[in-house]
Amino acid sequence: MESTYYNPADLKKFGNITELQPEMGRKFFDYYNEVFKEGALTEREKALIALAVSHAVQCPYCIDAYTSGCLEKGADENQMMEAVHVAAAIKGGAALVHGVQMMNKIKELSM
Amino acid sequence: MAFATKSLKAQHHQFANPAFQLDVLQQPLHGEPFPLFSERLQQHGLFPLRPVGTTILQVNVGKMCNQTCRHCHVDAGPDRKEIMTRDTLQLCLDVLAQAPQLTTVDITGGAPEMNPDFRWFVEELSKLNRQVIVRCNLTIILANKKYHDLPLFFKENWVQVVSSLPYFQASRTDAQRGEGVFEKSIKALQLLNEVGYGKEGSGLKLDLVYNPSGAFLPASQKSLEAEFKRRLRSGYSIEFNNLFCITNLPVSRYLDYLVESGNYESYMEKLISAFNPAAAANVMCRNTISVGWDGYLYDCDFNQMLELGVEPGAPQHIRDFNLAQLDARNIVLNQHCYGCTAGAGSSCGGETAG
Ligand code: SF4
Ligand code: SF4
Repeated sequence: MESTYYNPADLKKFGNITELQPEMGRKFFDYYNEVFKEGALTEREKALIALAVSHAVQCPYCIDAYTSGCLEKGADENQMMEAVHVAAAIKGGAALVHGVQMMNKIKELSM
Repeated sequence: MAFATKSLKAQHHQFANPAFQLDVLQQPLHGEPFPLFSERLQQHGLFPLRPVGTTILQVNVGKMCNQTCRHCHVDAGPDRKEIMTRDTLQLCLDVLAQAPQLTTVDITGGAPEMNPDFRWFVEELSKLNRQVIVRCNLTIILANKKYHDLPLFFKENWVQVVSSLPYFQASRTDAQRGEGVFEKSIKALQLLNEVGYGKEGSGLKLDLVYNPSGAFLPASQKSLEAEFKRRLRSGYSIEFNNLFCITNLPVSRYLDYLVESGNYESYMEKLISAFNPAAAANVMCRNTISVGWDGYLYDCDFNQMLELGVEPGAPQHIRDFNLAQLDARNIVLNQHCYGCTAGAGSSCGGETAG
């Protein structure tokens, strides 16, 4: 095992996951490539969504890839930071909205 | 980092030396051998690379410029004194008069307008009835009163104006081209629009060049063009015709930037993994001859800055120009060429594949 869990060089090896399960791996990458093609959303919009999700799932590989991706697709810094705030708002909101569940439970358990 | 206002040459910087640059370009990447560009072409049946018929004469009329952009492959700047003389410009005109196949003349620099014989040259060219492109850096129009009428001069001579604007916002533009460049470029674009450039139906073409402000590759021309049009129209009422997306080549100041910022190896790996044979088949050196300020001939402006002249045996100087002989030459290649073949390809006219 390496001394750190994450190594930037591993990002380039992502494609190697097909070595142990070629068929599923290939299907995943075909699907992945299809998803990021221009469609009802532009490639830039998709890259911004991916950047936000990368932060929500806190994946350093994805943050690396989609920061470059957003710059390449012509997104600007404000758009990129706003996307991160969208992720933060949803994550924060998702934690806080469970406060209602907590309040319900308090009510249930209290006299 | 502070923005350098001196050329690498004036700083006596090691990257001012083409031999040093070529040496860096031969080094292994992350410990792995850097695959030879010529071998890549060979795998796709493109080696030796030959012209497909030269139609463009690109004339670099000098390295003097009012700017010192961070990515400049010319290492241009106010301190550069290399300027094409009227005699050499005349030799270019003589060649053009003899060779109707050369339908386009692409004038570049430096800031070509700073050559004292620039206007004379353009006027002579327009008598020869060729398509004339001027690579105008925009800020030159505002740099001095004597340049304020350039938009009108371009219009009178039916010049196609091609101008760099790396982004539709100040931050990234100024980081690449210098403090205040964005604002001046916007003003200059508005002046060009005022005389009709970029306006539908005017016949006066104004194209913009996008090249990334950093160590990343450009996105597709079509999608960036739409975004540039939308942003420039809504923010500044600016109209233009086409956006050309150009990949930064690892030459001169951009190579220095890559090495200094620690991005060199990963950038080269990106270029290599994005190698596209369709782009390779359409590289601009196949239809262009580049003339240096002193009249020497090159396969392209990048080779010119790396002092890689056309192959021995082919005419070396504009005074010996012979189109048939030049069209029979092998193009001189090196590792920087990966910049022309990445993704959708890159040339002075933008994407080459697709
Ligand atoms: S990139 Fe163009 S405008 Fe900038 S310094 Fe070089 S020649 Fe001048
Ligand atoms: S760098 Fe010049 S010689 Fe090399 S492929 Fe590009 S245009 Fe051709």
